Amino acid sequence: MPGKAPAKMAISTTINGQNYDFLCEPRQSLLEVLRDSLQLTGAKEGCNNGNCGACTVLLDGEPVNSCIVLAVEVQGRELTTIEGIANRGELHPIQQCFLEGAALQCGICTPGFIVAAKALLDKKPNPSEEEIRFALAGNLCRCTGYDKIVRSVQAASERIQAGSTPKQNPQPNQTNQQQAQQQQ
Amino acid sequence: MQAFTYHAPRSVNEAVELLASTDGKSVLLAGGTDVLVQLRENLRHADHVIDIKQIPELTQLKTTADGGLSLGSAVTCSQLLHSEPAAPYVALLDAAQIIGGWQIQSRATIGGNLCNSSPAADSVPALLALGAEVEYATPTGTQTCCVSEFCTGPGKNVMNGQGLLVSLKLLPLGPTSGSAYERFIPRYEMDIAVASAGAYIELADDGTIATARIALGAVGPKAILATQPADALIGQTPSDELIEDVARQAATLATPINDMRGTIEFRQQLTYVLVKRTLHTALLRAAGQVVSHHPR
Ligand SMILES: Cc1cc2nc3c(=O)[nH]c(=O)nc-3n(C[C@H](O)[C@H](O)[C@H](O)COP(=O)(O)OP(=O)(O)OC[C@H]3O[C@@H](n4cnc5c(N)ncnc54)[C@H](O)[C@@H]3O)c2cc1C
Ligand code: FES
Ligand code: FES
Repeated sequence: MPGKAPAKMAISTTINGQNYDFLCEPRQSLLEVLRDSLQLTGAKEGCNNGNCGACTVLLDGEPVNSCIVLAVEVQGRELTTIEGIANRGELHPIQQCFLEGAALQCGICTPGFIVAAKALLDKKPNPSEEEIRFALAGNLCRCTGYDKIVRSVQAASERIQAGSTPKQNPQPNQTNQQQAQQQQ
Repeated sequence: MQAFTYHAPRSVNEAVELLASTDGKSVLLAGGTDVLVQLRENLRHADHVIDIKQIPELTQLKTTADGGLSLGSAVTCSQLLHSEPAAPYVALLDAAQIIGGWQIQSRATIGGNLCNSSPAADSVPALLALGAEVEYATPTGTQTCCVSEFCTGPGKNVMNGQGLLVSLKLLPLGPTSGSAYERFIPRYEMDIAVASAGAYIELADDGTIATARIALGAVGPKAILATQPADALIGQTPSDELIEDVARQAATLATPINDMRGTIEFRQQLTYVLVKRTLHTALLRAAGQVVSHHPR
């Protein structure tokens, strides 16, 4: 016997440094609310059961699959989505290296990989290849065969360590690649 | 997902009362990595979801007065992997770092892994090897039991949907001791154990084995504590022949099923190999060597 539909709940949270207040049903996943209510459609729905990592977001700095987090669970917490990775229109080194390294084909998995890679490099700026592969084991890609993804994360790690992020080296007409080459 | 009411109680009592008053129509939510998938796929139904993560005592992890480890039921794998008091409980860390990938480990709890009561749950053989006891709250009071008596079959445990797991207590570790957990899966990460084993070894001053526990996972309706084979190690000086012999005995206790993931014979052979390996690793770790299969 279906009862009365439970009331919507009011949730306040911080997403990419901005305050968000929204109403949602308890049964809605964070992914659903991000995409359908808040128009943050960067996080993708691959499997909707926790296996593929396409919906990865950072919850208080830790990567989680937003398809198996309830939106009501993020009350008072801090989220970072793929939309918050670039800095005022400047691509993050991971994003830039994914482009340069052709680390994507269809692109469905890419936001999840970039968010997870960001979590890794924030914690461990100079990971080994094994550490990169282990940290990204929860992200599946059906197109690339992973190698270009791993290489691009390695390249991003080098670039971040060389301090050649566009912000710190503001020469307007140079590409990041040229900058990186110059630093080597 | 079907509609439900969400509750986030702040105390164990409040949670247990909610559980009782909702008359079997509620489920407890820890990390949700099992339960939210089950609800979405209509494998379970709930009118009420009771989130236990806001109960402060359930997220605590600390050394107990006797030198053991107390683990709140909502402690996540990630929390465990980065906590100082848990660091010597290496078999449990071996398990926590292979439960799903990073995204799963940020959310998945050891308590949820145990309460979901899958025969292939990775933390359970590790908990058995480390001699864990569980404490759970019911409307009629708090109960304790050995982790070996907790699960009663696939997806079933002694709480019968009526209790809240509060904490896990792990025995103090001997001064010269080591532990290990390993599973077999057909790929490197992100899969369910075809067979698994956990081991704990404590050495006496003269180098003989003083305490030993061996546990087998995914080869029966619940994880198996291989008491007799482990007892055969006591008082002995470790040797390759001894370990081979004990591993062979342990494999005879495996009662696996045939399925697409492996045949009975394959799983028995795996059990033998995994018991051998975990005993070896536990001994190396008891001797102070760092043995790690994954970057930690
Ligand atoms: C992609 C993916 C990969 C996975 N890989 C693995 C793996 O490699 N190895 C493995 O063992 N598991 C794996 N799992 C299963 C799952 O992640 C684990 O079992 C996890 O530890 C469950 O913890 P949780 O906190 O998410 O539990 P939840 O889903 O919140 O709860 C699980 C069950 O326990 C009950 N419960 C939770 N806490 C309590 C409590 N305190 N008292 C009473 N009942 C409680 C819930 O009601 C529910 O029935 C995987 C799952 C996914 C989605
Ligand atoms: S969509 Fe969330 S893990 Fe696949
Ligand atoms: S680029 Fe298509 S799934 Fe990864």
